[in-house]
Amino acid sequence: MLIVLLILVPLIGGLLAMLLPAKMAYPLAIITSVTSLIIAAVSYIQYTQGAELIIDRTWIEILGARFHAGLEAGDGLAVLMMMLTAIVFPFIFISLSNKQPEKANTFYSLMLFAQAGLMGVFLAKDALLFYVFWEVALIPVYFLSSMYGGPRRIPVTFKFFVYTFAGSLIMLVAILLIYRHAPIRSFSWDSFVSIGRAMPASEQTWLFWMMFIAFAIKMPVFPFHTWQPDAYEQSATPVTIVLSAIMVKMGLFAVVRWLLPVIPLGSAQWMNVVIMLSVISVVYASCMAIVQTNIKRMIAYSSIAHIGLMCAAIFSHQILGMQGAAIQMFNHGITIAGLWIMVSIIENRFGTQDMREMGGVAKVAPLFTIGLVVISLANIALPLTNGFIGEFMMFNGLFKTVSPYHTLFTVFAGLGIILAAVYTLSMIQKVAYGPEGVKTASFTDLTMNELVVMIFFVLMILVLGFYPKLLMDLIYVQP
Amino acid sequence: MINLVWLVPLFPFLGFLITGLGRNKLGKSSGWIASLAILASFVVSVGIFFDVRSLAHGDLEHGGGSSVIVPLFDFINSGTMHIPFALQVDALSSVFLLVITGIGFLIHLYSISYMSHDDGFGKFFSYLNLFVFSMLLLVLGANYVIMFIGWEGVGLCSYLLIGFWYKNVDYTNAAKKAFIMNRIGDLGFLIGIFLLFSKFNTLDFKELQSIISTGNFSTAYITSVALCFFIGATGKSAQIPLFTWLPDAMAGPTPVSALIHAATMVTAGVYMIARSHFIYTLAPTAQLVILIVGLATALVAATIATQQNDIKKVLAYSTVSQLGFMFMALGSGAYVAAIFHVVTHAFFKALLFLGSGSVIHAMGGEQDIRKMGGLKPYMKITYLTFLIGCIAIAGIPPLSGFFSKDEILMSVFNYGAYGKAFWALGMLAALMTAFYMFRLFFVTFHGEFRGTEDQKHHLHESPALMTIPLVVLALLSAFGGMIGLPKLMGSPHLLEEFLEPVLERSLAANPMSNQLSQSSELLLMGLAVCIGVLGILMGWFYFKKYDAKKEVKGLLKMAQDKWYLDEIYDTLIVKPLFKGSAFKEKIVEKGFLDAAVNGVGKLVEVGSTKFRLLQNGMVGFYMFMMVLGIIVLFAMQIWLR
Repeated sequence: MLIVLLILVPLIGGLLAMLLPAKMAYPLAIITSVTSLIIAAVSYIQYTQGAELIIDRTWIEILGARFHAGLEAGDGLAVLMMMLTAIVFPFIFISLSNKQPEKANTFYSLMLFAQAGLMGVFLAKDALLFYVFWEVALIPVYFLSSMYGGPRRIPVTFKFFVYTFAGSLIMLVAILLIYRHAPIRSFSWDSFVSIGRAMPASEQTWLFWMMFIAFAIKMPVFPFHTWQPDAYEQSATPVTIVLSAIMVKMGLFAVVRWLLPVIPLGSAQWMNVVIMLSVISVVYASCMAIVQTNIKRMIAYSSIAHIGLMCAAIFSHQILGMQGAAIQMFNHGITIAGLWIMVSIIENRFGTQDMREMGGVAKVAPLFTIGLVVISLANIALPLTNGFIGEFMMFNGLFKTVSPYHTLFTVFAGLGIILAAVYTLSMIQKVAYGPEGVKTASFTDLTMNELVVMIFFVLMILVLGFYPKLLMDLIYVQP
Repeated sequence: MINLVWLVPLFPFLGFLITGLGRNKLGKSSGWIASLAILASFVVSVGIFFDVRSLAHGDLEHGGGSSVIVPLFDFINSGTMHIPFALQVDALSSVFLLVITGIGFLIHLYSISYMSHDDGFGKFFSYLNLFVFSMLLLVLGANYVIMFIGWEGVGLCSYLLIGFWYKNVDYTNAAKKAFIMNRIGDLGFLIGIFLLFSKFNTLDFKELQSIISTGNFSTAYITSVALCFFIGATGKSAQIPLFTWLPDAMAGPTPVSALIHAATMVTAGVYMIARSHFIYTLAPTAQLVILIVGLATALVAATIATQQNDIKKVLAYSTVSQLGFMFMALGSGAYVAAIFHVVTHAFFKALLFLGSGSVIHAMGGEQDIRKMGGLKPYMKITYLTFLIGCIAIAGIPPLSGFFSKDEILMSVFNYGAYGKAFWALGMLAALMTAFYMFRLFFVTFHGEFRGTEDQKHHLHESPALMTIPLVVLALLSAFGGMIGLPKLMGSPHLLEEFLEPVLERSLAANPMSNQLSQSSELLLMGLAVCIGVLGILMGWFYFKKYDAKKEVKGLLKMAQDKWYLDEIYDTLIVKPLFKGSAFKEKIVEKGFLDAAVNGVGKLVEVGSTKFRLLQNGMVGFYMFMMVLGIIVLFAMQIWLR
């Protein structure tokens, strides 16, 4: 029941938002997202107490597709992603309280549809259902980013959509190719896994690359990443948050659930190549980040670098690395959401995204600066912030990789640790320190609702950084 | 008392929260609250110290032998990795606790007066308390992860405090540089941790020590761990090649330089290596590397110090040089001597920095010694205490610096075949130490006053809140050497006895154990004293009447310009990184990757525009195309057959 509600509540909320008058949309969105959060919290508690939440009904009988979704033992990553989705949306909405978007009911209903789609992606246990939710999550975001955002949003969003949609189609073909092997018509995860186990390595190579490219575009990793800085720069901040905090995790999540277990030989055979691409991603994107002058593009590249490390850790085929990635997928979502909210405040106050025109904020807006600094420190994985534990585990996992290149991989990915400090501290310096710029005088400190949102993110960052047990128990593996 | 050890970092942490959250309301009281927090930690630390002493003598009924682990909670427990948040109390950590909280308290007191006119008074003390908290975590951690938490924490506080006056772009650049150079070292430290964890699945000091010292592991493996850790130490403790951040770090307020960049944080690398002694004892190659790097740093930094004109820069290079001495001790296996020098150096260098702060205060913010001179009659207490600090660092008995430096040089002398050559170079560094310190001393306090008339009227002795810490530190600098008197003098080496349970096996493996004969030890000691006196005399000879207008030339000019190291790093690393990245963005990112993606899109677009033209609605054309197609198919069939 809870599983159905997790998907259904935002879906119904979205429908209502579309039908009701525009004035009602905002309170409705808040109520819906908070209700979702409560349902998610109840599911989390039940899950940690050992309950299995599952729904399994006939869906399209002729194809053997079932509406099979849920959280079973060992689905810790899905629980984390479900919680992340449930947490991020209400805070996006709260941060919007004093600057409502135009056509509010369209905006909120699309956002809620995206939430429903994301929930479905993380809960689905049937490949066809997974594919459907994958697209359900993408389409509202496409409309959102083409309707709200910067001046170049239309071509940028078009590229983003075609690129990721092309990836999705390749994935669909791969799903169908596996489905063809099924002894009885079934899209279920169990059936896919047993097919994958029996498949010869030669056949797995093709399937592996088809699925990996689909997921790699979504994450994105080098060289499939070029849609992302443009999309982050041009989309409105709430949409960017959905994209960077949650949607890019779909790619990583799909690798863990639908690629590694289903195509085991292919994944093992190509892991060195994938880790190499991921490590290139880390170093390359970090280098890109240090030369950006646009704050949004800088954070976009920083995000690519972080995702690259998570991808490398997942493909290390070490449990420790995957656990680290799971922890980091959640924490990165929290940190980056907080960072984007800070950036949207900067953008609104300064009226520019160019860091060269900023400066001296620390003097006029001390509260804002504290928030910016704490969230930035989480972005560079300083210990006792939430960014550290996951990164530390991932690096240890990567170092344990059974590969002749494991030291090389770790050292190169480690350069990302240094470069992250370079671009993040430069960003703080350009925004907050130095003499006050022309535009700084009008920079006011946080308003009440901004303060509430900031305190929430800062507390999340520090509490999870100091006491990560709250997350760790979900992914605990008996030694 | 030992089980209450968590109180030690807790007090400064509470102080940080109170002074941080109440920074706008508390006013001047935040300085006292912060100082009180450190005092409370100091009191607990003293209690712990006595407990540890009786522990070593076997009075307490603890099963843990010479060290006690106090576990607090599970930090990471994923089944594949278990890192408890645990504190370890033993002789080594308790020595550091006393130094950090004791000197920390004095510097807090001093800062109440020194920072009293600053806008960021409350913020300053909250950062300072956060620093002490992190530093305590660093030395109390029972495994490498907790140590690393403190390690990064002190780096953060150093960053925040160097850039404390954030409006000045140079200062925030210095802060950024410090953090990034430390991060370069941190990567080395982390890789060392990964190496250990991947083999032993634990990062606990005690467990690792028992595994490594009883097992048999390849020297190459142990050496690579040791070298990786040393890279970490070169960052935090400002050794070649990562030392250039420390002189720039003088941008921070002077009490910060005294506490963080002289007495405590920069010795973290020494602590880390002493803590990992069980690794280094098995890696003689790594030890040799440390010895050489330490020696080179001591020499290079000393040459630069002789030519600096900023009072704080002289002290900063002096700190780098003295840290080099500590690493020489570590490299030659003399862990006790290294810790001993950490302690005495903390006394006299904190004293010297606070003294320079008192001078800067009197000069109204002026730091250039060329514009000082003749300050002696105006500030008697500062003058006398500064003199004591100078004598102590120059290595004149019976002041503290003599004993620790002598112990280091002695152990270097004993080190293998090249020991004597290393010793001679070490003596040269010691000579320069005495010289540059007394150059600083004479130029600042003697001769004619060279500042403006305004400054002359303003000259005054600092208030009691600043001079009391100076006096206490001067007493410690004068008599602190008593904790480590040479065996020659017939009295026990208290520090060695205290630390012995921790370093046991590593001390036995120390080349120091083949003792020199009494007469040659006396001879070396005499030579060390002569070198110190010679340095002082040279300082007196050249600088008793200082002419500020004389320009330096040639090699000396190069030393003044820090041997152009910053410029070299800039050309070799920083510029290529930024230029290369900008190039990559233009060529690879925009010119190739993005162009390829757009190209595919264009291709489809152009292709479909052209293909669309085929559908022109003329039946004749369709017929023609159909026939053409059939012919092509026939042709293919024939061809393929």
